[in-house]
Amino acid sequence: MALMASSRREAGTKSFPLVIYVVVPLLALGLQSLLSLHFSRFDLVDLPLLVTIYYAITQREPVSGTLVGALIGIAQDALTHHALGIFGISKAVIGYMAASLGVRVDTDNHGTRLLLTFSFSLAQTVILWLLQRHMLGQPVAWHGFHELVRATVNALLAVVLFALLDLTRRTEY
Amino acid sequence: MESFFSRYRNALVLIAVLLAQVIGLAVQVRRPDPGEADKGGVRLIRSWVVGVVTPPERLLHGTGRGIRGLWTNYVDLIHVRQQNKALKSELDRVRLEEDSMAEDARQGQRLQGLLGFKEKYVYKTVAAQVIGTSGTEQSQVLLIDKGSKDGIKPDMPVITPDGIVGKTRDVFRHTSQVLEISDTTSGAGVILEKTRIRGVLRGDTWGQPEIVNVSPDERIQRGEAVLTSGGDAIYPRGLAVGTVDRVRPDPEGTLVNVLIKPSANLSRLEEVLVITSTGEAMPSEMQQDLTDADQAEQKASDVLAERLPSRVDPNAPADQQQQPEDDSADEGAARPVKPPAALHPDRYTPSDTPPATDLVPGQKITDGQSQATSVNENGAENPPKAATNPESAAPGTTAKPGNGKPATKPAGSTTTKPRPKPAAPPAPGNRTAPGGQPAATSPPATNPAPNPPSQTTPQPQQGGD
Repeated sequence: MALMASSRREAGTKSFPLVIYVVVPLLALGLQSLLSLHFSRFDLVDLPLLVTIYYAITQREPVSGTLVGALIGIAQDALTHHALGIFGISKAVIGYMAASLGVRVDTDNHGTRLLLTFSFSLAQTVILWLLQRHMLGQPVAWHGFHELVRATVNALLAVVLFALLDLTRRTEY
Repeated sequence: MESFFSRYRNALVLIAVLLAQVIGLAVQVRRPDPGEADKGGVRLIRSWVVGVVTPPERLLHGTGRGIRGLWTNYVDLIHVRQQNKALKSELDRVRLEEDSMAEDARQGQRLQGLLGFKEKYVYKTVAAQVIGTSGTEQSQVLLIDKGSKDGIKPDMPVITPDGIVGKTRDVFRHTSQVLEISDTTSGAGVILEKTRIRGVLRGDTWGQPEIVNVSPDERIQRGEAVLTSGGDAIYPRGLAVGTVDRVRPDPEGTLVNVLIKPSANLSRLEEVLVITSTGEAMPSEMQQDLTDADQAEQKASDVLAERLPSRVDPNAPADQQQQPEDDSADEGAARPVKPPAALHPDRYTPSDTPPATDLVPGQKITDGQSQATSVNENGAENPPKAATNPESAAPGTTAKPGNGKPATKPAGSTTTKPRPKPAAPPAPGNRTAPGGQPAATSPPATNPAPNPPSQTTPQPQQGGD
């Protein structure tokens, strides 16, 4: 199967310089906040989610994927007025799932990335909806078509963004 | 045991992380008011993140603003003359509106004073730049570049000249969060301008503000203005909120939700004003504006008075001008109602019968003797024998020569008592007729015609009266 990791090279983990680990999530949070101000429809995009997915699928380590997802999510929560933990929980789950799948799937393939990001975007929406609606009792509606559009936009953007981030990584065997 | 942890290490870490966050959520949602500012550790985390994220945002925003400012300033200079002209005409129009509104404002103040209503006036505002948003659809939050160092506190109203934006929530030292009115957890007391229907404004799940749980009313029409009601103790009363967009039935009941199109463009905000101080007394600037408006109104009324026909002929003798001047001086004061003169004298009317010393035995007392003006056989008027009480004749009535009966006269006429005819006619052209046109000068009526023309047209101070 083309999407599965079939060689040692494909299964090799990728690491990044430490500064990249710090700067890229902060840049994602800052750009998300700034661009949403000037382009109102930019809030369809979830740059922190894309960064979480990218780190998880390239690290292929569920623990680090979980922790990175939780930290990025809590930082994203801090910019909202919601309680801290809503995005933290959802992104921790996404990080865990992405890292778990990254071990089994060829994550360098653009098609795989497209499908993974589309699926994880929808999965995050479902987790957020469950948390806000049923755990916190907040008035959140489900807009199915809107969420499909959001997932598609994020998936398309992820292909470009992941290719750019690939330039910063170094492969370890 | 060791093999269990090593075997399920990943899942256990995930569960531990999730459990910790769920507990953290449970602690946070115990707050009674979800819109209340955070305290303790949560506030610390927010402060750290905002402190890390906002400086680059501030830098990027400032750089972009500078570049854009350079370009727009150059482009604006091309049309600055036209804009200046347009603004001047706009200013003239606004001044006229201000004149007309000044009296309404004073009346409103008086009525509010009678009702004991405590008006909230905006004393002080702090201008702030919007440097970021929450970045998510679920949270309609803005970040502004002013914080506690600039006097900002939680729950302060944030507005633009177009309308309200929201209120401050978490305030840090150099930045603040602003919760927009389009958020589902926001709340603002509003009132519909025409129908006076009150309600609570909050955002729907699409981020559009709506007045929730309103009783169905056919009078609510699209385009009706929505203002703050002042009932939430945050927003001052009377600020623009938006206009009615449409009415949507509430899915959970028989009430309706009124969707609002906000006056402020919430999706493209760059500068906002934070109201940091309000009070119950009118600020000095507003008082000065009202005073200026009053003065301007006074000048306008003076100009108008010069153009309109006057009740007073400036060329008339001084004794003729006395009465109208007194009337105008006391225009604002309440005066006692004077009874109208009796059409036919009777024995019950006081001062109707001449004094006994003036009576001639055998002579019949005629109606004309009891009136202020008597007419001789030739139809000419005779001065009364005794001093006539000016109040005995009602304003606007005069004796009609010839038959001695009072005739109704227009309000513009002020003749109430006979006066000696002028020795010489006034110089032609000194009189003004209504409309500012020179009146035709009549010759001195030493022997007026028995039936003078009807006095339905106001002719100020005819010398023959």
